[in-house]
Amino acid sequence: MIRGMLGKKIGMSQVFLPDGRVVPVTVIEAGPCTVTQLRTSDRDGYEAAQLGFTQVKRLNKPLRGHLGRTGLFRHLRELSTDTLDDLHVGQQVNVDLFQVGEKVDVIGTSKGRGFQGTIKRHGFSGGPRTHGQSDRARAPGSIGGTTTPGRVFKGKKMAGHMGNTRITVKNLEVVEVDPERNLLLVKGGVPGAPNSLLTIRKTR
Amino acid sequence: MEAHSAISVTANPQVPEFGPGDTVRVNFRIREGERERVQAFQGVVIKKQGRAPGTTFTVRRVTYNIGIERTFPIYSPLLESVEVVRRGIVRRAKLYYLRGLSGRAARIKERRQPGRRSQASSQ
Repeated sequence: MIRGMLGKKIGMSQVFLPDGRVVPVTVIEAGPCTVTQLRTSDRDGYEAAQLGFTQVKRLNKPLRGHLGRTGLFRHLRELSTDTLDDLHVGQQVNVDLFQVGEKVDVIGTSKGRGFQGTIKRHGFSGGPRTHGQSDRARAPGSIGGTTTPGRVFKGKKMAGHMGNTRITVKNLEVVEVDPERNLLLVKGGVPGAPNSLLTIRKTR
Repeated sequence: MEAHSAISVTANPQVPEFGPGDTVRVNFRIREGERERVQAFQGVVIKKQGRAPGTTFTVRRVTYNIGIERTFPIYSPLLESVEVVRRGIVRRAKLYYLRGLSGRAARIKERRQPGRRSQASSQ
């Protein structure tokens, strides 16, 4: 069986438990996905299934050739499988893949934040705001020694581009599965803006 | 699609239509150790906020000269019932101005003629 599927982030809401507790949930429109290709150990050296998500009408010629028989999709991603035996190209994958209570990992692209300083980007505490300070409140402080070592160490946390990277959130609990509307409710937050592409896979 | 619309909410039949300015009696289940009991809280609704399933309302009452405000989630399964004690006439949606008033100044005129809203709920 395949170990996950693709989805679209809808947004966050909340759900009441019978005992009155509130669970924060992310609503994900998961699938339906179509298996578009199988990777086999013989040909590719590993086993996986390629899934297509979000049907489109127009696509460039190379992709039309690749997807010709299964339908045209905007997003293609490979996902690992337990076994390829029960999978075939053209097969549908739906939300009922997941059960309530199961743990999943969700992979997405975090919101891009542009060029950010060290306080926002790395959680630096900044300098004093008072006692005669000027231009020090959000400064990073010292970035290294002097003649020894005579350089700034690689990987030193500094200002720069933040966000818009691939982020995996692990061990989220499945709160609800709605196969009719292809909806998946997962406890907690998930990276990315609404309408962004997510990969949901069962936690190993 | 919108995230809140994905959550199915069932309105509590014991919760009638009410709004800011109304005096209500809220019966809310609370846990005391192992025991569960219903606690009543009566006061003026000063605001209603949020969209289902996260809608809440805030009730204000003054006891022993101390103002107490409690906020309840409308769709909480712990909300046993709400009784409308008195309908009030107010001209704003959030009655924060009541916090600065006390005694006679903090009174709210009662709506005696059944208004459009109470007629709809009685049908």
